[in-house]
Amino acid sequence: MARRVLAALRRYVGRWGLLALVLILPVYFLIHDLVSGYPGFAHGHATTTRDLTSLGQNLVQGISNGMIWALIAIGYTLVYGIIELINFAHGDVFMIGSFVGAGFWATIGLTLATGPLGLVFGLLLTLIVSMLACGSLNVLIERVGYRPLRNAPKLAPLITAVGFSFILQNVGLLWRGGAPTGVSDLIHQNQAVFNISGVVVRRADVLAIGVTVPLVFLLVAFVGRTRRGKAMRATAQDPEAARLMGINVDTTITLTFLIGGLLAGAAGLVYALYETTIWYFQGFQAGLIAFTAAVMGGIGNIRGAVLGGLIIGCIQVISDNRLKPEWTPALVFGYLVMIMVLRPRGLLGEETREAG
Amino acid sequence: MSELLAMLREQREAWGRRLLSVWQRLPPPVQALLRWAAVRWRGVLGALVIAFGIVLPLFFSPTSKFINTEILALAYVMFALGLNIVVGFAGLLDLGYLAFFALGAYSTGWLGSTFFPKVSVHVLSYTPPGVPPPVGIHFNFLLILVCAALITAAAGAIIGLPTLRLRGDYIAIVTLAFGEIIRVFALNGPEIKIAGMPLTGGELGVSGLDFPHVPGVGTFTQLQLRPWYYTIFVLLMITLFVNVRLRDSRLGRAWVALREDEVAAVSMGIPLVRTKLLAYSVGAAFGGVAGAFLASFTTLVDAGQFQFAFSIFVLSMVILGGLGSIWGVVLGALLVANINYYLIPDVLNGLPGKLGLNFNLTDLQISIFGFLLVLVMVLRPQGLIPERRRQLELKAGIGETELEEPAR
Repeated sequence: MARRVLAALRRYVGRWGLLALVLILPVYFLIHDLVSGYPGFAHGHATTTRDLTSLGQNLVQGISNGMIWALIAIGYTLVYGIIELINFAHGDVFMIGSFVGAGFWATIGLTLATGPLGLVFGLLLTLIVSMLACGSLNVLIERVGYRPLRNAPKLAPLITAVGFSFILQNVGLLWRGGAPTGVSDLIHQNQAVFNISGVVVRRADVLAIGVTVPLVFLLVAFVGRTRRGKAMRATAQDPEAARLMGINVDTTITLTFLIGGLLAGAAGLVYALYETTIWYFQGFQAGLIAFTAAVMGGIGNIRGAVLGGLIIGCIQVISDNRLKPEWTPALVFGYLVMIMVLRPRGLLGEETREAG
Repeated sequence: MSELLAMLREQREAWGRRLLSVWQRLPPPVQALLRWAAVRWRGVLGALVIAFGIVLPLFFSPTSKFINTEILALAYVMFALGLNIVVGFAGLLDLGYLAFFALGAYSTGWLGSTFFPKVSVHVLSYTPPGVPPPVGIHFNFLLILVCAALITAAAGAIIGLPTLRLRGDYIAIVTLAFGEIIRVFALNGPEIKIAGMPLTGGELGVSGLDFPHVPGVGTFTQLQLRPWYYTIFVLLMITLFVNVRLRDSRLGRAWVALREDEVAAVSMGIPLVRTKLLAYSVGAAFGGVAGAFLASFTTLVDAGQFQFAFSIFVLSMVILGGLGSIWGVVLGALLVANINYYLIPDVLNGLPGKLGLNFNLTDLQISIFGFLLVLVMVLRPQGLIPERRRQLELKAGIGETELEEPAR
């Protein structure tokens, strides 16, 4: 009897545990806000508000924040999918993207006084430059550090990745010094663009979503529809068979790194405009979070990486605003462990080659 | 061409004859000794290295920076050997090794300091005569090491539990997550109150640690580093012995079997849960003891030292040395620790000035370390001293999995 109850419980947890886990924070605060309310300020005195505005605000910010993690996570997931390498240098490539972006817009003379038209074109140019810079940097790292180790034991490229991560951090350290530095708030990120019944959508949110969504759609279309994309999927599935079918595996891997770098560059610029402070260590932290996002969604899966990024973004914002910000990392990683326990392949993950 | 070859061959034979005549002129006992040494060269080399390790600190002043570095290096060798059990033997990529460093260090902080002022517990601890016993929990140093091993072994098993169903690099991220969670707890420990006392010292750290006291030697101080050196040396010898015995034991073979092919190993009757959890526990226990020692040596347990970079640092020692190869890992750890703590900051730092260049090499310290990692890995991807078993696989192609790799 007890065993049957236990088995039923296990089935139940297996089916609904994940959903419950993902929804627990928003649902808790939904009920909390509606029932006991949260402190607000209206008509000149403190009030207690009972509505969903605050939660909606958290989710909007969480999604826009998560968009940046999603862009970086895609780079991890693509590289892992194709050569099964945790590319530790990826977060630092993203950091270089921020630095190149901030350096470039200062060079072409974008300031707070620049008019809207000039700003849009200038930032588009900056976006392209930092994307190209990071793309070529990533390709270079692959060529120097990973390709010679294609036949080596599996963990050897992991250490070269760490080596490159250190080198890039040092570059960042020499470039802008050891402390976080502010960059000019070109887009006035905190200004409201529109307002849906009290939920303010800031310029930063519009920027993050407006850059990420088209890029992700382009990428999904590229991987799903084009010949090159097909070659990428084939190489990820079975490099040896792909080679026998006439696919140039080396070129395909280079292309993967290029795409990962391009997205990291875009994320770098968006991050610089979004947070308006950058420093050499941001890449390390962002890399950790983005890698977590990639694994949470199921590593090797682009949609999973985006989903994981959005979930982590929301957890972070809710935790930062409602709970204690200093515990946020522990909460994010606690979530990761729980998701891994409930779904060992990640949210949208399939069997990887190693497991199959 | 053929004449040249013939000449060379003649030369070689002449040298051989000369060597033989020298050999024959040696007295028979020396011949026997040399013959024995040639057969047992591994043992002889090991004995020489140990003897070198024992006499090394006698050539340096008791407070020298070099001995200080070597103490750190030996502690890191111990960390690396512990991690090698998890990553090298059992093939479970662990990126959260800092958790065990932290727990080991906090064992010293909790069990041997004035950090908990509201209680007063003394277990076999030494108090100088004529001094009232201090407040806080005070255990004997050796007892603390044992406690650290037990605490971290338990923590290792707990961290291992959720990874049992996972494979490959998913294990890496879950262990990484646990490492980060422990780091955040260490950092925010002052907020957690147990009976009105904070759990950790946070960034300020746990200070007021007891100095180890060993009967016959006295209390260890920072002015005489030799007792510290010999303590970690003995701990390391024990670690090495246990490692070698474990590698050749039933358990060690079970780990390797799981690493090579989990499905096959389980179907041959290897208990998956127990074997994997033992790998985590044993690996963690060594890390815990080394962490406890290091905390007591540095006299402060602050949360700032527990960084993800530590896990990476130790992992790079293991992989550089040769995954799964005990002597490789020892060499790798000694090299990496000495390069990072001695060569780059102390020796190379003066170099640009001597060359007449005006820049500070410490600015480039991380890059030099990163560059060395890349260089060594590209030149010698299998590690400095590869495990013999893996070497066989790579050359003779016994293992199927290794053969698949070159195809990429």
